[in-house]
This record gives sequence, C-alpha cells and structure tokens, in this order.
Amino acid sequence: MTAWEPVIGLEIHAQLKTRTKMFCRCEVGFGFEPNARTCPVCLAHPGALPVPNARAIEWTVKLGLALGCEVAARALFHRKNYFYPDLPKGYQISQYDVPLCANGRFSVPGPDGDNEIGVVRAHLEEDAAKTVHVGGGTGRKVGSAHSLVDFNRGGTPLVEIVTAPDVRSADEARRFLQLLRQTIVELGISDAEMEKGTLRVDANISVRRPGEGYRTRWELKNVNSFSFVARGIEVAIARQIELYESGGSVEQETYDFDPDTNALTPHRSKEEADDYRYFPEPDLVPVEFPSGEVERIRAELPEAPGARIRRIGETLELEAAQVLVANGRDPLYEALVEAGVDPRTAANVVLNEASALDPAGVDAKELARVVEARSELPRETYLEAIAASASAGFRADAYLSQRAVSDEGELAPLIERILVANPGQVEAYRNGKEGLLGFFVGQVMRETEGKANARVVSELVREQLAR
Amino acid sequence: MKGRIDTLRLTAEAAAGLLERGELSAAELHAAYAEAIAKRDGELHCYLRTTPYTGGAGVPIALKDVIGTEGVETTAGSRILSGYVPVYDSTVAARCKGAGLPLLGKTNTDEFAMGSSTENSAYGPSHNPWDPERVPGGSGGGSAAAVSAGLAPWALGSDTGGSIKQPAALCGIVGLRPTYGTVSRYGIVAFASSLDQVGPTTRTVRDCARLYGVIAGRDPRDSTTVDVPGVELPTAEDLRGIKVGVPRELNEAEGIEPGVKEQVAKAIALCEELGADVEECRLPLSVEYGLPCYYLIAPAEASSNLARYDGVRYGFRAQADGDLTAVYETTRDAGFGDEPKRRIMIGTYALAAGYYEAFYGKAQQVRTVIVREHAALFERYDVLVSPTSPTVAFRFGEKTENPVAMYLSDLLTIPSCMAGLPGLSIPSGLSEGLPVGLQLIGPQLSENTLFRVGHALEQALGFDFVPERLR
Repeated sequence: MTAWEPVIGLEIHAQLKTRTKMFCRCEVGFGFEPNARTCPVCLAHPGALPVPNARAIEWTVKLGLALGCEVAARALFHRKNYFYPDLPKGYQISQYDVPLCANGRFSVPGPDGDNEIGVVRAHLEEDAAKTVHVGGGTGRKVGSAHSLVDFNRGGTPLVEIVTAPDVRSADEARRFLQLLRQTIVELGISDAEMEKGTLRVDANISVRRPGEGYRTRWELKNVNSFSFVARGIEVAIARQIELYESGGSVEQETYDFDPDTNALTPHRSKEEADDYRYFPEPDLVPVEFPSGEVERIRAELPEAPGARIRRIGETLELEAAQVLVANGRDPLYEALVEAGVDPRTAANVVLNEASALDPAGVDAKELARVVEARSELPRETYLEAIAASASAGFRADAYLSQRAVSDEGELAPLIERILVANPGQVEAYRNGKEGLLGFFVGQVMRETEGKANARVVSELVREQLAR
Repeated sequence: MKGRIDTLRLTAEAAAGLLERGELSAAELHAAYAEAIAKRDGELHCYLRTTPYTGGAGVPIALKDVIGTEGVETTAGSRILSGYVPVYDSTVAARCKGAGLPLLGKTNTDEFAMGSSTENSAYGPSHNPWDPERVPGGSGGGSAAAVSAGLAPWALGSDTGGSIKQPAALCGIVGLRPTYGTVSRYGIVAFASSLDQVGPTTRTVRDCARLYGVIAGRDPRDSTTVDVPGVELPTAEDLRGIKVGVPRELNEAEGIEPGVKEQVAKAIALCEELGADVEECRLPLSVEYGLPCYYLIAPAEASSNLARYDGVRYGFRAQADGDLTAVYETTRDAGFGDEPKRRIMIGTYALAAGYYEAFYGKAQQVRTVIVREHAALFERYDVLVSPTSPTVAFRFGEKTENPVAMYLSDLLTIPSCMAGLPGLSIPSGLSEGLPVGLQLIGPQLSENTLFRVGHALEQALGFDFVPERLR
C-alpha cells in the first residue's frame, strides 16, 4: 500500500484594525453598547452608499506584497448576494474576479526544506454583523428563543487570504499560520487574535495518492486556535484515509471540530444559497492603486519570515528558529548573537529566561553583558538582572556592581579561609590548572549566598593565588 | 399680493423675483402652493404627503418620494417602506435645504421608480393635469403633474430609464436627466445604481438650469460623482453654430404616433430656422439593443438593491408565524407589488450562475457598444434630437396588462441613459390636445449646451405650459 498525501488549502480572514469601518466612518472596536457604532450605511438604510476606506485598501496591498502578491492595476468590488440577518444589505461587498492582490508565494521552512505555499488571492471585504442567539442555553441558533443582531461589527474591514492547496501536513499548516499571523502583526494592520475572532481560519482537506489529481475535500470551519486547526486537520486526514482504505468514499462536507472530543461534526449551514449572484458593485468605482505607492510600500516591508528562519537556521535548530521568528523575537536573538552571545545561549535567553521581556525596550548590548556574566552570578541575581534590562537606561555593569558584594575588606578574609581549606586545589592551580579559578569563585559565592560580585571575587582570588 | 398668488402660471424664476423684491415671504409662497394643492390635488393625486413650512427663504420644492428626507416619511411608492421615516437627508434634499428651498411634500411615483405611468404606485396613480383620464407618465408622474398643474413651481425626480423625461413630456413641462455622476445618489432609494440619476422637473429651461445648479456637484458620500462645470443660465435665442443630429432610428422607430412625429419634425425645422446645422444620422445598435439590455441590467441591480427590504430593521413587516425565512417571505410577498417582484425575478435570473455571461455580462458589453456609438456621433454633433416618448399620455389601464408595451414607453429615452448621457425634454407642441415632448441628448457634462438649445427652442416654440383645461 503506497502512502497517502494530504492536500490542504487554507482560507484566512483577518479583521483590519483601521479606526473606521470599510464603507462608512463608524468607529471599529470591541466592547461598545450593542448597535452603538452604526449609521445608515452599515445598517443598510434606503439610499445609503458605501465609500471605501483608503487605509484598509493600503493595508491590504501591504499584506498582499508581504505575501509576494501582484497588486491589481484596476481592482473591482463585487456584490455577493444572500439573505441573512447579519447582512443588512442582503449582499456583502467583497471582491471576486479582480481582487486587490493575487498570485503570491509565501515560504514556510520545514525539516525537509522550504515549502512555497501559493497565495491565490488576498482581497478586501466587509465583515458581517454579529448574531446572538438568546435562550436555549447553548448560544446556538437551534433551540434558542430568539436572535439579536449587533451591527457594531458589521462593515469592519476584513482581508481574506486564500492559499493554493499546497500545504502538505497539519504541522505545516500550523507553521504557515504562525508565520502569516506574525507577518500580519508586524505590518501593524490587525491584532490577528483567534480567540477574539480578529483572525479566523478555515481549512480545506483532502488526501490523494502521490501524483494523482485532487480528490473530494472537506471544509473545516470555526476552529479557534492554530493547534486546534492542526489537530482538526490530522483527524480529518486520518478519517479520510480510513474511509478510502475500508473501500468507502469521501463526500464533500463542511465540519466543525471539537477539540475536547476530537470529533468532526457536520457544520450547520446558514441556509444560504450556493449561488451568490456576484456582479460588480455599481456604487463603487474600480480601485486603481498607484504603482508608485506600491513601490513605496514594498520598500518598507519587513524581511519575510521564511528568509529569517533560513538565516537563523544556519546556526540554530530549525524548530527554535521557527519559534523565534513566529513570535517576533528573532531581532533580539540576532542582536544578542551580534553582541557576542553564542546562538544556543542567545536562543535560550530570548525564548526562556527573557521570554517576558518586550524586545522593543531592551538594549541588546547591555543584555549581552548580563548574559556573559551569568556564570559568575547567582541564578536569582542573573534573572533579576535580565528582568531589569528592559527598564529605560539599563546599564549592566552599574546594575551588577550595585547588586553585589564587592567590598574587598569583606571578601578578602573569606577568600583566604577558602584557600586554606582547599590546599590540593590551590596546588593544582599553581601547577597550571587555571580552570580551578571557577571552583574557588563558586565557593565564595556559596559562602556569600550568591551576593558577592563574581567579577570582583574572581579578581581577588586570582590575586591571592598569585602570591 | 397676499392670498392672490396665481401658482398656475408662476415659474420658479418669477417666484424668486417676488421673494427678492419682498412682494411676499417664502412662508406665504409656500402657503399659496399648499392652498393650490388642497384645491386640485384631490383630483390629481400628485402628492403622497405634504409638509408644513418649517423655514427657508427660497422658492418651495416638491421631491419625488424616492428622495430621502430626514423626519419625513419616504416610501418610494411601496408598501414595504410604509412608515419608514429616514434618519438622514439625502444629499439633494440637504442641498435644497441649504439653498433655502422649503419642502412642499413628497410626490407620487411608481413603486421603486419602476414604471412609466405611476400606475405601479402602492398608493394609487397620479392623474395627468391635461386630461385626468390619462396617466402623467412615470415613474416621476407625481412630480411632473404637480409642476404642470401649478402645485409646485419645481420638483425633483429620479431617472433610471426615462422617469424624468417621459413624464415631463406627457405633462408638457421640462425635465432634465443629468449626466450620470453629476448629481449625488446618496439618500435616494436605489432602483438600478448604475443608471439612477436625480434631476429637475420644471416649467422652463431656465428654471431647470437653476435647479440643476442647486443639486449638481461632487459628493464625498457618493463615490460615483464627479466635479461639474459651472451652470450657465441660458439667454441666447438663436442656435447659430449648433450642430444638430437627427438619429433616424430614434425618430422613425415603430410605435411613434404620427402626431408626435409631426410636432417633433416641426421643432427640428425650427432648429434650422434658428441657425443650427441639422443633419440626419444613425444610431442603429443603441436603439435596437438599448431596451433589451436595459431590461437585464436594471432588474439585475434592482434584485440586489431591493434585498435590504426584509422587514427586520425598518418599514413594513408582515405578521409571520414561523422562522426567519417565513418573515422574509411573508414580508416581501405582502410588501412588494407585482412590478418589483417581476423585476426581482428577472434580475435574479440574469445574475444566476451559468446565466451571468449570457445575460448581465453580455448586456454590460453591449452597454459599452452603446457608449461608443453615441460618442462617435458627438464628434460631429452638439445635440441629438428625437421625440421623448413615442406616444402622448395614454389612458389608465391601457398598458398595465402588457408589461412589454409599458416598457416600450421608454424606448427612446433608454439608449442615452444606458450611455450615461444627459437628456433634456421640452414640450414641442400638442397632438390631439396632449403635450408632445422633444428630447435633446448631449455628450457627457454638456448640460449647458442642452440648456442653451432648449431655451432657444422654448422661446421660439412659445408653448403654453398651463394645461388647457386649467387655464
């Protein structure tokens, strides 16, 4: 039996954090009174007309460029028609055959080399309102007494990113999503938080024999974390393989994934038509984004995460490089390495010991000095020093010398006592085993319960041994 | 002069003169029209509702009921919008307010501006002041009849395929459908967004130019609007230097009544007398395909524009037992009349997957052909002339049984609408005692030329806009 190859495509929606909505100037945001951020346009009163948000268009272009897309010279908005209470106009203004951005590639480094995931399109649309089902206890429509609609969210700019079916494993899907999210966050265009719904992911999953065409796919919806997406994909893959191998077939279906039970349950449809009757939105003119602006934005883009992972991966394990980049902590890592810290130590510092630090506030050179001194410092002091390094104007030397006992009058007798108590080691040191210096320093540190300034101790020990 | 104002003959320009000279106040002028309405609107039913004077120092105005007015019910002639009171002013209503024009009321219209006779109004038809047994045209029949009968000195209508020009023709007054994009659609109950355009309905061409000057101009709330050249009030009484094209297909189309042809031919001859170069030309594709393509594009856009009337947020909601779908279906079934339903169905079909390319997509391609065919003529001519309507005002019920016969009322106005071009209708004479309209079509943004030609002809024709039976 030959292996099965998973074929996965992802569809991601990210809410843009523009100040105002996509087609009206109502404020975007959370936590307002229901329907307090609405106007005739986003409530679809008769005669109201959409006026596009220029910032949202610019940000979509920015994201499209970061995903390697081409920007359309003349993009169109279309109407996507269907009835639902969260869609007051009876249509959503979206994009159809000429999206703002298309034909991109996004590189995802993996253990077997990079996979270039095709980005079919990145387009701009408006979010629907939020329906709240009241009564019945489950929060679901079925069984609820009635439904309420909060139009505050309605009309929020939403970018939709559709990948080609190029993703080959659940883990690769997870890594792609992490890097995509990081890119979105670094561009400053969205909070991209799945828990808050500002980032939403649907996955299309099928399996095939290598070399075959595509088989029937399942769509996975409403999953609210990257690891759940990955697990849902794994479950779907396993189930499809099982179906095929037991002689069955896969029917096209949309599922919800329950991470508590690992169950895939058929998604309750919105009873909406499959035919959206798309046509060009006659209330809007085509978007002709100036090519000069495209070049300006392109020049300001941060380096692609794939390239950063590859570069860091030359001196560090790929997984660590992925974690650094996916969390945006690679600039601090690279600055520490630049300042002389060895890569593995730097990664450990950035991801573990200094994981609570906001990299933006850290002077990497000063942090590097703390890291250099760590063998000479009691653990507690070291960690405190790291925590302190994010405060404004932090200077490692000044901080460490203040914190430590460095009074020679206090330390000298202690050192003398330790040397007397360890004649063998003193002998060996004097015969050339200079590595024993650390042993003596360690003894002093223990005696002082870690409070001594390791560098001062070290100098004093060396002096006394040289006598 | 108080109490003795004869609104029957008063033009907006003359009324403005009375106000400027302090011979009466704006409130008194408004009251005079209110009195005329009380006297004559029982018979004509031009108004769906009238409004009290609430300020403004200018000449009062009537607005077609598709034009949203803050605090004043706006139904678009439909039951589904009964009780809907806009929370905001349309841009044109705001501009009228800004110019100090007090509102007289909201005028009758075919439901959602879909029709050519006002017989599709959910609130009953309006009547033609020249013969109350006949329709005033539509959809803006309420505005046209009101201006014709002296129940408003001027009014605004909206035109998708002829809804300003055709009723103006049938009521013997002046109507302008402006260049698409010169007048904001913000706050206008949408019928077909790529065709809808608001314009003046007036008694003289100079009044028309004045009112166009009030409403035209770019609006940041309507992305499809453009900057508009300054409006020039016409004064010239000759047509020297003007090149007039007479498209054969628009002047010899099947269905044009002989009396209409005769009056239009007279007006064309007058153009030459006034010094214009007149020449026959051709517009074959636009006239053959304009109407069928219009009846794909307009219903397609309408099917989408009318989706918002679902009974959830405003307007009429039917009592429905059952789920959400039942609320939608019952509300829309009871709220919409036959014509909107017919167009929603046609439009839904024209946009359906598998049919889009053959219908809506193809119609849009033909539209480009129509634009080009007109543009080619405007390399040679300043204006094109033709009848506005193939017929004079018809009797109630004459065309209601046959929608296609009704659609043909707009055969001559639709091609230029499809091309986004401005068109002016002026009365050119009477046929069987009923007014005949002359249509003047110009290239984009040529409103000033249309005013000039229209004014010169109007002076030479000497048509009396007061209906004979009211004189």
